[in-house]
Amino acid sequence: MATKEVKPADQWVDPATGEYRVIAPGQTFRSITEKITRIVLTPHTPMGWFALFTVMGGGATMLMVALTWLFLKGVGIWAISQPVAWGFAIINFVWWIGIGHAGTLISAILLLFKQGWRNSISRFAEAMTIFAVACAALFPVIHVGRPWLGYWLLPLPYTMTVWPQFRSPLMWDVFAVSTYATISVVFWYIGMVPDLATMRDRAQSRFAQYFYGLLSVGWRGSVRHWMRYETASLLLAGLATPLVLSVHTVISFDFAVAVLPGWHTTIFPPYFVAGAIYSGFAMVLTLAIPLRKFYHLESLVTDRHMDNMGKVMLVTGFIVAYGYAMEAFMAWYSADHWEAFCFWNRAFGPMGWSYGVLIMCNLVIPLTTLWVRKWRTNMTFMFIMSIIVNTGMWFERFVIVVTSLTRDFLPSAWGTYRATKWDYMTFFGTIGFFTVLFLLFVRFLPMIPMNEIRMLLPGAKIKPKAAVEAGD
Amino acid sequence: MPAREGVYGLLAEFETPGDLVRAAQQARQDGWRRMDCYTPYPVEEAAEAIGFHRNKVPLLTLIGGLMGGAAMFLLQVWISVLAYPLNIAGRPMYSWPAFIVPTYEWTILWAGLSAAFGMLALNGLPALYHPLFNAPNFRDGATTDKFFLCLEALDPKFDRAETTAYLEKFQPTSIVEVEY
Repeated sequence: MATKEVKPADQWVDPATGEYRVIAPGQTFRSITEKITRIVLTPHTPMGWFALFTVMGGGATMLMVALTWLFLKGVGIWAISQPVAWGFAIINFVWWIGIGHAGTLISAILLLFKQGWRNSISRFAEAMTIFAVACAALFPVIHVGRPWLGYWLLPLPYTMTVWPQFRSPLMWDVFAVSTYATISVVFWYIGMVPDLATMRDRAQSRFAQYFYGLLSVGWRGSVRHWMRYETASLLLAGLATPLVLSVHTVISFDFAVAVLPGWHTTIFPPYFVAGAIYSGFAMVLTLAIPLRKFYHLESLVTDRHMDNMGKVMLVTGFIVAYGYAMEAFMAWYSADHWEAFCFWNRAFGPMGWSYGVLIMCNLVIPLTTLWVRKWRTNMTFMFIMSIIVNTGMWFERFVIVVTSLTRDFLPSAWGTYRATKWDYMTFFGTIGFFTVLFLLFVRFLPMIPMNEIRMLLPGAKIKPKAAVEAGD
Repeated sequence: MPAREGVYGLLAEFETPGDLVRAAQQARQDGWRRMDCYTPYPVEEAAEAIGFHRNKVPLLTLIGGLMGGAAMFLLQVWISVLAYPLNIAGRPMYSWPAFIVPTYEWTILWAGLSAAFGMLALNGLPALYHPLFNAPNFRDGATTDKFFLCLEALDPKFDRAETTAYLEKFQPTSIVEVEY
């Protein structure tokens, strides 16, 4: 007997429990396994995949060209100079690593909160994290000017007996980002091992069997293994949760520890983390919407996922709005001349247009429209919104880095900033590189965690013997 | 190490997790100890049924995390106080609050690595060969939609004919003899 009154006509409500379904009804263990493995194991790569790979591969090639020229000529080919010594490289670094945060949030924090809907999107969100961190980590390395000496950042005993300065936030960054990258890769891989075993068992070609067989390390689904696996997943989630909050916090220290007006503020850590999750969810939408359409995954990545992600964006968007408001408030309340001027310069100075773009893209457009459920489940609307938010978040970092640096204390030291074509080539090149990595992931690895989806199916519930005999 | 020849065990295949759990509970009650269940996703009840309650992954994680954090903190103190002291604006050499961030990161790093690789090690993985992969119906089902109970030949109660008859009582889809 149902304990709750439900509308029988609504196929999205589970009649047995009265709960809103996460995935479409009528799917079995075998049907979802086949649906997900077929995408990878088919010998026929869709033409659309090749088309996108070609275009984005062109972008990745452009990145290689820009990097080659950079290594030959040095960072002088970029627009960085005095007073703006942190240009596109740092903007892009912060932007990319922020995007990564949604993947960890989905896989770790939502796991701890037992949000079943995360299961469908967690794998490719984690993949997005790893590729975004790869793009992000590129920038500080090439920004140091002599990337072949990048290992000086690590505390290694070498002949000069020089050691890093651990009181610098830039050193903290090295440890925060390298830990984040490592743990993300491990979490992603461990989560994939049982699915790789499924791939091994369903692969037809000898090569695929060996490939997935090696990657799956001989997983055979023993319940003893599963219990340790579940414990390890929970622990990794518990460890990744403080990590996701700490990475952007540490990155915000790069700014907040400096004495520069516009950077030296205590609101930065929470506001950076919220902004990171905001842009990260936008990027998950940018990837998920075309992906589910192209591979017909509407029964697994449902409208409900889009709806929920829209809500998360709405919440984090308001935290970001609070951050902007606090910056403005503190500019006035601190009664600090430089702080007040910095805010005025951001909003109304020569680069005020970038502040305008940021307010429009991050606050005005999304925070007025994302309230409407009908729009949150409209794919075209959400796709456009995700692009708008990602643009806005890129401009946020532009405003923080560039406008604060162009006009600091001494008017005689003021300057301006105009990015060169090499700056643009490097930035758009990383978008190509990121997409190429993502396309390879979609083609060769299971993009939806099958073992987690199985737990959402009604067949996974263990019924008492009496109910089975009664034919329930 | 037992000789790797002959029969590894008898493998019963079930359609639903409920059937598997009931069979495993009964077998445990009847005194079976050398047995295991194989499922396409974690079935906690099955682990309970075969008497597997606790595991050592949390302990490994704790040890790994504490060691990682301690190592990083000591490394920073050694570098900043002894190996390469830098006097910048007269700040104290042993400025421990500045060392917290890398210490925190390495605690998480080594705890996470210990959890992941400790789990694999405790599971005896990587192990690319296992006798169960010889069973004809295992690979199609165990990682997709079937639920298996394996009564192993190492159990003193094991007898090929008797155990087959015993498993028949649970009405499995099939019973297969697994060879090494």
